[in-house]
Amino acid sequence: MNAPVTPKAFKVVGTRPVRPDGVDKVTGKAIYGPDFVAPGMIHGAILRSPHAHAKILSINTKKAEALAGVKAVITSADFPGQESKVLAGGETSSNQRDIAQICMADGKVLYAGHAVAAVAATSEAIARAAVALIEVTYEVLPHVIEVEEAIAPGAPLLHADMYTKGVEPASDQPSNAAMCFTLARGDADAALARAAITVTGRYKTPPVHQGYIEPHACVASWNADGQGQMWVSSQGAFDIRNTTAAVLHMPIADLRVMPLEIGGGFGGKTTIYLEPVAMLLSRKAGRPVRIAMNRQEVFCGTGPAPGSVADVTLGSDADGNFVGLKVEFWSQAGAFPGSGVHSGVMTALGAYTVANAHVRGWDVVSNIPATKAYRAPGAPQIAFALESAIDDLAVKLGMDAIDLRLKNAVRPGDPGPMRLPHGAIGYVECLEAAKAHPHWSAPLGANQGRGVAGAFWGNYGGPSTAAVSLSSDGSVQVTTGNPDIGGSRASMAIMAAETLDVPYESVRVAIADTASIGYSMLTGGSRVTFATGKAVVEAAQNVRETLVSRAASLFGVDTAEVEWHGGAAHCLSGERKGESLSIGAIAAKAGQFSGTITSEVSINPLDYLPGFAVHICDSEVDPETGHVRIVRYTAVQDVGRAIHLDYVEGQLQGGAVQGIGWALNEAYVFDAEGRMENPGFLDYRMPVASDLPMIDTVLVEVPNPAHPYGVKGVGEAPIVPPLAAVANSVRHATGIRMRELPLSPDKVYAALRAAD
Amino acid sequence: MPQMTFHTPATHDEVAALLAASAGARVLSGGTDLIVQMRSGRNAPSAIIDVKQVAGMIGVRMSDSGFAIGAATPCTALLNDSALSAAWPGVVEAANLIGSVQVRNRATMAGNLCNASPAADSVPALIAAGATCVVVGPSGTREVAASDIAVAPGKTSLAPGEFVAEIRLPARPARGGDAYLRSIPRTEMDIAVVGVGVALVLDASGTCTAARIALGAVAPTALLVDEAGAALVGSKLDDAALEAMAVAVRAAAKPIDDKRGTAEYRTAMAGVLAKRVVAIAAARARNAA
Amino acid sequence: MSKIAVTTSINGDPAEFLCDAGETLLDALRVTMGLTGAKEGCGSGDCGACTVMMDGEMVCSCLVLAPEAEGKSIATIEGVAEGSVLHPVQRKFLEHGALQCGFCTPGFIVAAKALIEKNPDPSESEIRYWLAGNLCRCTGYDKIVRAVADAAAEMRQDQNSQRTAA
Repeated sequence: MNAPVTPKAFKVVGTRPVRPDGVDKVTGKAIYGPDFVAPGMIHGAILRSPHAHAKILSINTKKAEALAGVKAVITSADFPGQESKVLAGGETSSNQRDIAQICMADGKVLYAGHAVAAVAATSEAIARAAVALIEVTYEVLPHVIEVEEAIAPGAPLLHADMYTKGVEPASDQPSNAAMCFTLARGDADAALARAAITVTGRYKTPPVHQGYIEPHACVASWNADGQGQMWVSSQGAFDIRNTTAAVLHMPIADLRVMPLEIGGGFGGKTTIYLEPVAMLLSRKAGRPVRIAMNRQEVFCGTGPAPGSVADVTLGSDADGNFVGLKVEFWSQAGAFPGSGVHSGVMTALGAYTVANAHVRGWDVVSNIPATKAYRAPGAPQIAFALESAIDDLAVKLGMDAIDLRLKNAVRPGDPGPMRLPHGAIGYVECLEAAKAHPHWSAPLGANQGRGVAGAFWGNYGGPSTAAVSLSSDGSVQVTTGNPDIGGSRASMAIMAAETLDVPYESVRVAIADTASIGYSMLTGGSRVTFATGKAVVEAAQNVRETLVSRAASLFGVDTAEVEWHGGAAHCLSGERKGESLSIGAIAAKAGQFSGTITSEVSINPLDYLPGFAVHICDSEVDPETGHVRIVRYTAVQDVGRAIHLDYVEGQLQGGAVQGIGWALNEAYVFDAEGRMENPGFLDYRMPVASDLPMIDTVLVEVPNPAHPYGVKGVGEAPIVPPLAAVANSVRHATGIRMRELPLSPDKVYAALRAAD
Repeated sequence: MPQMTFHTPATHDEVAALLAASAGARVLSGGTDLIVQMRSGRNAPSAIIDVKQVAGMIGVRMSDSGFAIGAATPCTALLNDSALSAAWPGVVEAANLIGSVQVRNRATMAGNLCNASPAADSVPALIAAGATCVVVGPSGTREVAASDIAVAPGKTSLAPGEFVAEIRLPARPARGGDAYLRSIPRTEMDIAVVGVGVALVLDASGTCTAARIALGAVAPTALLVDEAGAALVGSKLDDAALEAMAVAVRAAAKPIDDKRGTAEYRTAMAGVLAKRVVAIAAARARNAA
Repeated sequence: MSKIAVTTSINGDPAEFLCDAGETLLDALRVTMGLTGAKEGCGSGDCGACTVMMDGEMVCSCLVLAPEAEGKSIATIEGVAEGSVLHPVQRKFLEHGALQCGFCTPGFIVAAKALIEKNPDPSESEIRYWLAGNLCRCTGYDKIVRAVADAAAEMRQDQNSQRTAA
């Protein structure tokens, strides 16, 4: 662990206090999605398609309905009709009709695991038994999994009415390519033709799952008067509410969503799967209904991150200045469009200045579960290709891999991916910190190699609401609408304490339900500490202003004659000069004023800044078996300013390890029928503790001037570099460029033998 | 739905009678395979026979002729038996590669054998060590080689009503050593892509006088490769002998391509691991001299 | 349907419950007993979120049948703290920020406590292998390993000072 490089003048910001919700979470008291119990609730179960692609010819639910204990059975016929309409709020775009069809197949199943019908019964066992009694006749259709096959002529079409958007001239043939998005500047082809050195290659990554340990679960209760309640663990109760209400054609205010503690999301809990199903079952049964997925359902029924194919050509002059970049990128969106193509394409142009570039991404549907956001959606796949190509270029140039990146790194004022100039970014500082780190110059052992990779991630701001209110003793209640996935209660408490200049322990933080505070966009896009934090700070500033103004009134002086520090108002002039009033003393006198001191602030800040990261990876490759062991790892990142050091470091470490898993062993494996062969943690191999070294972190602080404490989002950027950092370390150890993930032992072994 | 029943018999005869009474009855010792299979719907027992109350089913007993390991002895308990760990470290290590500590606190070698997975970690080690099983059934007790329990993936040679009550290992021969290695993509929590167990004996001059080499995950059941052992006997485990052994191992391996590895990779790894595991066993044999 | 009556001990207290033959101990704890600290992440023994102690050994409660609890001593995360005094492992998890979402945390704490009781001075490698059956997707394990090592160190020191005092 390294201390941040910039000194601070803060009391609480940049420290490591114990999180306010910590004791609940180390004693087993915290209530997560699968833990919640509503009085009188019954249990739901879902029938899922065994076929990757099939027409549903009929569904007979009679036997299931006849089973004793069964209270409701539903199919897509119980859903209201859906129009095609893009809903705001998620991390990746979402169409209301598609979301409804992911919750329940309508006419056709598009992946093995697609929900077909659901049952609610007085016990889970009865619900499962009833599901087995539902008879579905399918007409099995040819299926397609890989993007290269899905875009080939004559491929089975998932959606007969889908025409490729974004191509000129407009296509008149239906296609599995839903959309094409291009960013171009200069003349990439001409520049590459002139380049002194070019590198080129086709890179592939498989679909990978977010792998949160808590399976999806919810309890829904829909009353006879049309009002409903849901208890859900998600990344955003408001967006879950809005999406569920849209799918069910409910007025939004008729649905109240209570956020439970969330056991990991990483983008995967930004959408709905069970919620409308539980609501419809509840309406039919007249009872609250709980549905919880098992692990197989999570793998087969929820969105992994898309697989990808990327063709990259990068050219430089003889000194290593990038002159041209061409990227063609196909994203394996799964059953419905909307994978992170835009953000992926932008990633390719985020970190380096290159005058001539043509980057095009395709959103391609195929018969795997509809993919969903996973930490920096689209970016790791593109960065794997680009940062591997840069490594190849460094080898050809005979240049240090960090020096080559430094030569081309974006600096403040350089054009960003959308041509807007970059603000106070810190990529150069990250590269310099990486180069100066002892890791970069440490000796390597036998069969070991060192790789480096950089990252750009755009981050986000978006709407947030926060309330700060004072109790009569001066203790502080902060309320937000953003679920705490990784310690954000602590960050909010730190920022409120810093602003009010009160002890951290006097601030408590609650996550409100959707009826108890204004809208906040979900916890995602690396936005909460930035946007919701900014709302907390503004609300705390308002509270502080009120405190000062009331103190001035109590002192009998002008507010300019009152100074606030140490959690107290100090009188600077007049008869009471030198006296002070503590926050508690002022709060206790609320009755003399217009009541309790409270402030609720709703903002929509768009002055966020992107995140940049540099990761260094040492790996050791067993030349006889192809096993790759990560022996040392350092993650450097511009974090703007770290509010809570542990939880910022934790984001870097956790993101790095998810990326290491992506690089080494994680992958969806499909059989010939298009069924996932490894829908469990035994064969979907996420890293375990013994697979890893410590993950060293370096927090570079180039503050965001638009945030009161300089915050930049930190959650997503750390998953962007590891794929290439690992692959580059394997290249260094073996001399072999591996362009297809995962770098599992059998693949590395095959590459080693091919190179013999 | 017919209801599953749960039984805790106290004697071998009761176990055999309960098993014989219903074709759908299943033995529960560690449960780490059975419960997973019940949950996934692959196995729907009519009756669960928890054998852990039967006298002698848990624990390791040593005698002049070797070791008797109760069939319900959890893998981690083997580690605590210093005599067994000293005599058959390869067997104990193999059993303690299965799953996690949590799993090994329940899982048993007999369960590993009777689950009849070709990739079971303890099985190649047991076969190499020359282990036998005491099988109890309605018509009495018989002793069979560990290699004869599994006959196909998920299928055993046990007759209706029969169960494994005990695993027996011989006393370690003088200058004998055993070892087991497997290949997995991670460092823990995986099923063997290939596993190799070896037990060998050296004479005072370091010449190999006996060697048994068994492979896991390269055929429908674990394989004892006589040719591989024979390639070592009479040698001082020089490179030529090791290479001949590896050739025999690769020739015997008949793996399939599946989600856990390609046939080509498995075959190649069988040879690589066999050489490594022989080196470990030989070092143990020398230290045991 | 006739249920099986089980008499057992949970966190030192006598307990009785009714269960089906195929029910897991995890379901009995969570659903019947209302002890939801142990979590189900996989239901197949691959994630360790359901880790509890049974007669002093840690097990995945999803891989134990509820009737097997008859006559056993079960210890869960709910019994790790003594009253309102946190166990050193719990305290060190908080001090090191060794949890993010917290869902895997009860399993890790039960497993880490079991490790230190068996091995008061575990190496980093021993900690990592002992905890390999507990999946965490948030932290990358770094802070967890540090918290466990630190808890062990503190417990050793406490024991030494007790010995010196005695």
